[in-house]
Amino acid sequence: MEIVTENIGSASIVRVSGEVDMSNSPTVRDSLMLLIEAKAPTIVVDLGGVTYMDSSGIATLIEGHQATTSYGGNFRIAALIPNVRQVFELARLTDVFDIYPDVDRAQEGL
Amino acid sequence: MAGMNEDDSCKVVLAVDEACSNIIRHSYEGVKDKPIICEGKIENSNLHIMLQDYGKKVDPANIRPRNLSDIRPGGLGVHFIREVMDRVEFEDRGDEGTCLFLEKKVPNSGVHDLWKS
Repeated sequence: MEIVTENIGSASIVRVSGEVDMSNSPTVRDSLMLLIEAKAPTIVVDLGGVTYMDSSGIATLIEGHQATTSYGGNFRIAALIPNVRQVFELARLTDVFDIYPDVDRAQEGL
Repeated sequence: MAGMNEDDSCKVVLAVDEACSNIIRHSYEGVKDKPIICEGKIENSNLHIMLQDYGKKVDPANIRPRNLSDIRPGGLGVHFIREVMDRVEFEDRGDEGTCLFLEKKVPNSGVHDLWKS
């Protein structure tokens, strides 16, 4: 799994690729928490390169979402491939997260 | 996977992964190099998967999904397993460990030994 973070305008883009499971979801958490501790106004998690995600990955995103919204920030998810989206659907979370088809659209309206 | 579409195959992979994660987390208390025996077959239009571990006994009554309306990190793995699989049963085999039996209907399937590892 790889994580690359970059700032585009007011958004912090966290690009994750590979498989996210219990062995590496703490690494995703660490990357998100760095931004959250700095109170990043908008975090966009680009999951377009993620081929698999388990419940530990979902839990990490829930924690990031709750922490970001607690200080008034935006937490957005972008570019889910079908088998990752179905994990969100199994968890009944598609209406909880702000999910966008791609990173460009996740930055609209900022 | 024989007789199963890609969506269902991905869900079964997720369910088995979550079951193994729970074994590592709870039965083996986070130790990752302990044995998990995994066997699978398709028989009578059902996919059967058995996971056997030799860790700490866990009371099946304590293994339950959380309320999904309570949005918080954690507690989703058991929900995924029960949502995806048609049957989930534990069997305490004493000194021979604990077995978790998972079953899912697979229409139009034959008989296949999937793996043993």
